[in-house]
Amino acid sequence: MIARSELRSIVENGVWKQNSSLIQILGLCPLLAVSTNAVNGVMLSLATILVMAVSNVAVASLRHLIPHEVRIPVFILIIAALVTVVDLAFNVFLHELYLVLGIFIPLIVTNCIVLARVEAFAARNPPLQSTLDGIFMGVGMLWTLGLLGAMREFFGGGTILAGIDMVFPGLQPLQILPADYPGLLLAILPPGAFILLGCMIAWKNWVEARAAARKRALTVAAAHSA
Amino acid sequence: MIRRRELTAPMMAVRTAVILFVFVIVFTGVLAGAYLWTKPALEASAAEEKMKLVNEVLPPGSYDNDLLADAITLAAEPLLGIDDSSQLYRARRQGAPVAAVFEAVAPDGYSGRIRLLIAAAHDGRILGVRVIQHKETPGLGDYIEPKKDKNKERPWISQFTGLSYQSLAAPAWRVKKDGGHFDYLAGATVTPRAIVKAVAKAARFAADRRALIYGEESTAGAAGAENQGESK
Repeated sequence: MIARSELRSIVENGVWKQNSSLIQILGLCPLLAVSTNAVNGVMLSLATILVMAVSNVAVASLRHLIPHEVRIPVFILIIAALVTVVDLAFNVFLHELYLVLGIFIPLIVTNCIVLARVEAFAARNPPLQSTLDGIFMGVGMLWTLGLLGAMREFFGGGTILAGIDMVFPGLQPLQILPADYPGLLLAILPPGAFILLGCMIAWKNWVEARAAARKRALTVAAAHSA
Repeated sequence: MIRRRELTAPMMAVRTAVILFVFVIVFTGVLAGAYLWTKPALEASAAEEKMKLVNEVLPPGSYDNDLLADAITLAAEPLLGIDDSSQLYRARRQGAPVAAVFEAVAPDGYSGRIRLLIAAAHDGRILGVRVIQHKETPGLGDYIEPKKDKNKERPWISQFTGLSYQSLAAPAWRVKKDGGHFDYLAGATVTPRAIVKAVAKAARFAADRRALIYGEESTAGAAGAENQGESK
């Protein structure tokens, strides 16, 4: 099974410390293309979670059979084959969901975060840990892309959750700014994604710097009182 | 990783190559299996998807034949903007031609090609236009999709319905900004301009190529052409 501390470190790394979009800055291409609104960002992340869990568990199970010299082609082979199988199975068994998520699955194959986690984690760890790593790396991507998408559509068109009716028919996007808001095209175009992602990275660094400063102050205070 | 026994370099290389080869075979097998296993279901749902799109441009009650089975293959057609062969479906009611459903491409959208599905009645009137695929700017140029159009009562794309190449003179097949007949939304004129141009050409195609579409070359050769069309 899995130790509590190990689980904790996998979750922390995936969601915050090694966040795929904010720290590793991997998978920028789908990030730019898809984060035009929160719904798309979240949907791509859900599909990525599925693919990362599947490819991590496959590579972790086969890791003793893969010669070190040719591991990269083998990883790519495994990922590409499994993504295709997931894509086909999705289409057949969950057709309604596929219509929403389906367009994102081919995008995932090009996402280097999948290969990166296989290489950095699944090739060295048992299947259970690797599956969890895939899932939580995806969760980290999910909140980042969701937030980035929400900001882009808010600045770009004054809405939040545009396109929600394609996932849950009947729900309406929230119009936050007045309907005659002229829109900020920059936020919707790729440069807007870069600018806002930069702001998010700066925010994360600020949060961490503040936490580190507080910790330092605490240790200093403790040393003084001792 | 693999335990290393005393192996010479060439033997190692061969061994690695064999392992890589086995992986390729196994995963190709997995892929082939998954493909064969899902193929029938995928084909069924692709046909269903196609019918769903067709139903959006052509009212389902207006014909009684199996439209997808009554198809002809069009050669590359400059009027439709397609540089490859494409399918055209014919709707009939009690054997008499009602309408044709075909694809057209607007090559000059704001960012790339816009694919359209168009239904035209036998007399050349446009019955409906839908955008099948586009890469226009989200939130700006994507009102060409009725789903994203804020005007739900009368989506932008519906203004083509009922028009034909005869009923609207050639100079009027433009957006209002260019002195034509069609509305557009400020801030995104390249997109509607491209679509209006493509639909105008498609309307001309529907009006001029009736013989090709329905296989009625002339009154005398009609029977022969009909058979030829059906054998396809």
